Amino acid sequence: MFVLAEGAAPLVHPSSADGVFSLLWLVIALPLLGAVILLVGGPLAKGRLDRHGHLIGVALPVLSFVVSLVLFIALLGRSSDDRQVGQHLYTWFEAGGLKVGADLLYDPLSALFLLLITGVGSLIHIYSVGYMEHDPRRRRFFGYLNLFVAAMLTLVLAANYLGVFLGWEGVGLASYLLIGFWQYKHSAAAAAKKAFILNRVGDIGLSLGVGLFFVTFGTTDFTTISANADRVSEGTMTALGLLLLLAACGKSAQVPLQSWLLDAMEGPTPVSALIHAATMVTAGVYLIVRSNFVFDYAPHARTAVVVVATVTLLWGAIIGCAKDDIKKVLAGSTMSQIGYMMLAAGIGPAGYPFAIFHLLNHGFFKADMFLGAGSVMHAMDDDVDMRHYGLLRKAMPITFVTFSMGYLAIIGFPGFSGFWSKDKIIEAALTQNWFVGVLAMIGAGITGFYMSRLMFMTFFSKKRWADGVHPHESPAVMTIPLIVLGALSVLGGLMLAGDWIVDFLDPVVGTTPEESPPIPALAISVIVVLIVAVGVAVAWYFFQRQDVPREAPHDVSFATRAARAELYGNEINDVLAVQPGGQLVHGLTLFDRHGVDAVVEGTALGAVGTGSVVRLAQTGYVRSYALSLLAGAVLVVVALLAVNLA
Amino acid sequence: MTPYVVLSSILFTIGCVGVLTRRNAIVVFMCVELMLNASNLALVAFSKQHGDLEGQITAFFVMVVAAAEVVVGLAIIMTIFRTRRSASVDDASLLKY
Repeated sequence: MFVLAEGAAPLVHPSSADGVFSLLWLVIALPLLGAVILLVGGPLAKGRLDRHGHLIGVALPVLSFVVSLVLFIALLGRSSDDRQVGQHLYTWFEAGGLKVGADLLYDPLSALFLLLITGVGSLIHIYSVGYMEHDPRRRRFFGYLNLFVAAMLTLVLAANYLGVFLGWEGVGLASYLLIGFWQYKHSAAAAAKKAFILNRVGDIGLSLGVGLFFVTFGTTDFTTISANADRVSEGTMTALGLLLLLAACGKSAQVPLQSWLLDAMEGPTPVSALIHAATMVTAGVYLIVRSNFVFDYAPHARTAVVVVATVTLLWGAIIGCAKDDIKKVLAGSTMSQIGYMMLAAGIGPAGYPFAIFHLLNHGFFKADMFLGAGSVMHAMDDDVDMRHYGLLRKAMPITFVTFSMGYLAIIGFPGFSGFWSKDKIIEAALTQNWFVGVLAMIGAGITGFYMSRLMFMTFFSKKRWADGVHPHESPAVMTIPLIVLGALSVLGGLMLAGDWIVDFLDPVVGTTPEESPPIPALAISVIVVLIVAVGVAVAWYFFQRQDVPREAPHDVSFATRAARAELYGNEINDVLAVQPGGQLVHGLTLFDRHGVDAVVEGTALGAVGTGSVVRLAQTGYVRSYALSLLAGAVLVVVALLAVNLA
Repeated sequence: MTPYVVLSSILFTIGCVGVLTRRNAIVVFMCVELMLNASNLALVAFSKQHGDLEGQITAFFVMVVAAAEVVVGLAIIMTIFRTRRSASVDDASLLKY
């Protein structure tokens, strides 16, 4: 089904980091320093850091963004075949034949990610100053956020898979800490555990992948692996690809490891924006694009990626159609959009740059919308139910306008960033396989439906506010990041101007083959816009033209019930994993108690029993002892005679 | 050779039977001495047969050990007799299950 890339994948051959690139380590070190100061220094300072510590937590990621920007400009100044820079920090460990260095790799792919993580991250940090203003554990929150940023930067800057793994686990930890930030809420603690456990299942893929890399290549360095990728059997490459896919599914909430993402909305909204929209969940896409030298030699693994991606993009979209919680709709939308990115990544060199393009745009518009949702929640006394919203555009104009920018971007309104990236992905999908392309188009239509539903229920329709709720616009510290992200949602499409992003990523992912889609690109765009318009119209009919009931109706179609139950994802997990796991534990406990313990105790009982029988020989009479002595001596003599005479 | 070995065995058997059947501790001791002397006789006889002195040296060792053992054994019997007023081996049977 999918064509192997023409020619070899581009090699990773970084030049050494001199000049301004020697500051590369600072990008990670600054937020890490922030995390250490706030989390370790916080308790040591006995409360003196609690009032203003968050300002350190904001300043350091901003500084990191400045460094990233400087590095990016320096990278642009180099010629396009000289844009890979590697920095060796120190030797992490040596164990027998394995030597792992703490190496960083800065190339176009990591440059874009650095700007996204530190840029959008800084905006969200600034927003959080306002959002978490009244929280007593604010210092700790910013410490965790900084920890997350440091770990995510490690993930994208690592020059070997072990470094990626370090960052991978770090972001998983930060995600756990931040989802469960309001620890006193049972639902939040449970959601944090669920996210961590499902991520862990995916991490099996990455751990085994690292092991397989060591076995196959003797190292996990990108440089060595990409240079030797064409000498490895396709079976090994397919295995590696599938393992990496499993890891990506866990981190990016793709089917079958998707059920944690909607529960993760228990965390504070800035967390949802940063981790579960813009950055951590995109780590899976990063992994697959970065491992292009593996997937280029494993067409079956690519097929698996495309299948998973297509299923997920529809899955997330369907869930988003029936949820009343504004954050869960956005989470379903994230799942779906990452499905689009994975679809592009699974297509191969034709799709890699568009996967990253959509990833960046998604970072902008999804963070914009999540922060907008946070602004709305702030105004509505932290109520997340859209059935209690309505006509908020009058009360919160800035939030409404910026949210609309994100909305128009995600549905693919012509001219906005999402339009360019999604269209390119659908084009690439149609070129490879018309069925997948049609499904992607249908997904776009469903996206138009559920996002418009969200817009109508929240900002239009009629007021359904609870008594005592007086929504007002959020303070400037929250609206300014919204404005910036709204502008980026509009302007993000500029990255495609003159195919800039395709050429920029060329040294990393390989040349995009010039294959034209089955129908002209313009026709595809028109068809997609029409499908989206149909989706918007349906949403308008049900949620603007008709009144939205304040209580969720109970007699609904099976499709709606299924979507409300997240397509029974939790029930499937329960039957496939939780119940068997419980049975296994039960069985093991029984075995331990009645098997192992019985053996141990049985041995003791046996010794006691034997002893109580044997002790009857101790009669106390000297003569009987003498008789035993005699019997023994006779036996010895007989034995001696037998041996000597035989 | 044979008469000496036969005599030694007869003496040894008499000593064995005595140890197993007599009730008085002193008599048991005498039977033990009888067994030791029987083995001495056998040792000396075999030493004469081999033509070297090894058996006779060993007999000396046995006699020394027998003497030491008598000292200790009689001391124990004396102590038991003083405390329990009885020299019967059947009475000292407290170390039983």
